Amino acid sequence: MSALLFRNARLIDPEKGIESLGTLAVRDGVISGPTGMDDAEVVDCDGKCLAPGIVDIGVKVSEPGERHKESFGSAGLAAAAGGITTIVTRPDTLPAIDTPETLEFVRRRANEASPVRVLPMASLTRGRQGREMSEIGFLLDAGAVAFTDCDAFCANTKVFSRCLTYAASLGALVIGHPQEPVLSDGAAATSGKFASLKGLPAVSPMAERMGLDRDLAVVEMTGARYHADQITTARALKRLERAKDAGLDVTAGVSIHHLTLNELDVGDFRTFFKVKPPLRSEQDRLSAVQAVASGLIDIVASMHTPQDEESKRLPFEEAASGAVGLETLLPAMMRLVHAGQITLPGLWRALSLKPSDRLGLDTGRLAPGAPADLVLFDPDAPFVLDRFKLRSKSKNTPFDEARMEGRVLGTWVAGTRVFSA
Amino acid sequence: MAFRARHLLGIEGLGPDEITSVLDLADNYVDLNRQDVKHDTALSGLTQINMFFENSTRTQASFEIAGKRLGADVMNMAVDSSSVKKGETLIDTALTLNAMHPDLLVVRHPHSGAVSLLAQKVNCAVLNAGDGRHEHPTQALLDALTIRRAKGRLHRLTIAICGDIAHSRVARSNIWLLSKMESRVRLVGPPTLMPSDAADWGVEVYGDMAEGLKDADVVMMLRLQKERMDGGFIPSEREYFHRFGLDPAKLAHAKDDAIVMHPGPMNRGVEIDGTIADDINRSVIQDQVEMGVAVRMAAMRLLAENLRADRAEKASLKSVDA
Repeated sequence: MSALLFRNARLIDPEKGIESLGTLAVRDGVISGPTGMDDAEVVDCDGKCLAPGIVDIGVKVSEPGERHKESFGSAGLAAAAGGITTIVTRPDTLPAIDTPETLEFVRRRANEASPVRVLPMASLTRGRQGREMSEIGFLLDAGAVAFTDCDAFCANTKVFSRCLTYAASLGALVIGHPQEPVLSDGAAATSGKFASLKGLPAVSPMAERMGLDRDLAVVEMTGARYHADQITTARALKRLERAKDAGLDVTAGVSIHHLTLNELDVGDFRTFFKVKPPLRSEQDRLSAVQAVASGLIDIVASMHTPQDEESKRLPFEEAASGAVGLETLLPAMMRLVHAGQITLPGLWRALSLKPSDRLGLDTGRLAPGAPADLVLFDPDAPFVLDRFKLRSKSKNTPFDEARMEGRVLGTWVAGTRVFSA
Repeated sequence: MAFRARHLLGIEGLGPDEITSVLDLADNYVDLNRQDVKHDTALSGLTQINMFFENSTRTQASFEIAGKRLGADVMNMAVDSSSVKKGETLIDTALTLNAMHPDLLVVRHPHSGAVSLLAQKVNCAVLNAGDGRHEHPTQALLDALTIRRAKGRLHRLTIAICGDIAHSRVARSNIWLLSKMESRVRLVGPPTLMPSDAADWGVEVYGDMAEGLKDADVVMMLRLQKERMDGGFIPSEREYFHRFGLDPAKLAHAKDDAIVMHPGPMNRGVEIDGTIADDINRSVIQDQVEMGVAVRMAAMRLLAENLRADRAEKASLKSVDA
């Protein structure tokens, strides 16, 4: 079959934690090592970065239910253009992905339409209602890689603990969204000077710690494998650290938006900056950046959430939450690299290696034998983002007209090129 | 021309000179309003639409009278926000109205930021008549005019704003305005009705009326909404009145010539004692209502002038192009 030889590449190796100039050979869709065959097609990387493709946990593709917002086709194209080679989809669709049959639909549609790998998650409880558990065993067999009710916090601790006990017996990964639900009900912003002067209903950042405390206690009780989708406050990070020190099987993620934006970016009620949880204070943002650099936060994700114009052109309180992020994840993260807050191998540990490890995948590395899921990018190429040029069907990005650095030049999935700039 | 704004969406965006220019002009309108013939032609030929997504008798009447005295064609639209799908209606109603070529749009909405959103979609001047907990600029301006006429100045005064600060747009607009005019602002209220970060606003925060009112020049009481009285934010109405209601004993801590204000409508016996509300030597509550009409006339006239200048400029640019 096919052979590829990436020459003159700045190789970003998150496994070894180093970057080096060199050559990478690919044979039959698999990385074969530093030397290639004579018949290989040569890709001259011109000193640009070659890294494992990004594995993005928590992507909302609005199929089934709201295909006008995003389809597997459009999300797949956007992912490829953003250097993302695996999207791990959320089950908060209409209807929710809570049966093997709906999961089968997702897998079939994804295989037909998406140029990148799609791995589906299923909901932990039926309809994400927090009342009865989903068919976790059947769903695992059907290919669900994790179980989550997304932003619907399971308030009934009895139900939640039974779900985790059952999931633990099958070794299934549970993903939580730690927010104390009553305290955060109706909130559109994080409480603080900005929110109160703007008169926005706000939630204390403490709600995240309270939600995480509850989840961690249940994890301790049940021995489940647990991942917190987004940890965005300094207070909750302390609890996360303690849980990891205590040896619980716990990991955490954070969204690109909480790493690069803060509450003040909402400005004059700009609804494209309304996300869940709400943007935090600058101190909390810096704590999260620090935690990604140190590895306390394991995974960085786009938390890609397409919303159409109609659901955003509303007063801030009524507007839908969420932002698209597949195509802006890489350039936005470059801000932290250019600011000297994280190294490229350190960043790719959070973008590729750790999410792969957490889901038990063999992607996310440059080692021989790993799938040739790769992204070639120029970390310094400047551009101004035009939201109407995004490949996502929805254009709700907070980075519209932002100056960014970092362009994807090419993306390969199993050795096949799925994007070229 | 000191007043540069295209819309009046909040006090936050105004400069002290702009505030002063509104108040100076409003002073003239106070005189006009006290005459038998109260007509001016500043807005004649212009169409003013009052669009209230939240019930209000007093503010709407004040804007209506202000517009009519200036010769505008005034129309009231009561939009019951509960009976319609709010968001769609806001933008759609704005676009529909815009097609009828109004010149001044007066809007009240239950959600913070909604009036500013609407202002982005229309070609006329927009006045915020209260948006959620965010701002109520004409209330702050009428309060300022009342204070300036009673005290002779707006700077170096100590003003205590008392009660439900957390949910009050009146408080926010007043804090912006009085801070910009270099007065000292104190906030007094129970901790459940005080934003937890109020101390960062550049104001002094008190949880006790006697301390908060000490040597104040102005005591501004806020209305406590009925739905917040029972158990949720305060234990009871009577405990609230006992600790935070303005009565003669508490007022005695303020300066002897301190004035008492209230944006209305009042809950007598909840946030304010009836005898104080009716004390003509202390209470300027009726003056506030009078100043309200004058300030709204001034604000609308200044916005209309800017609107006309804007349109004239566009027309001249068009003729140059031709």
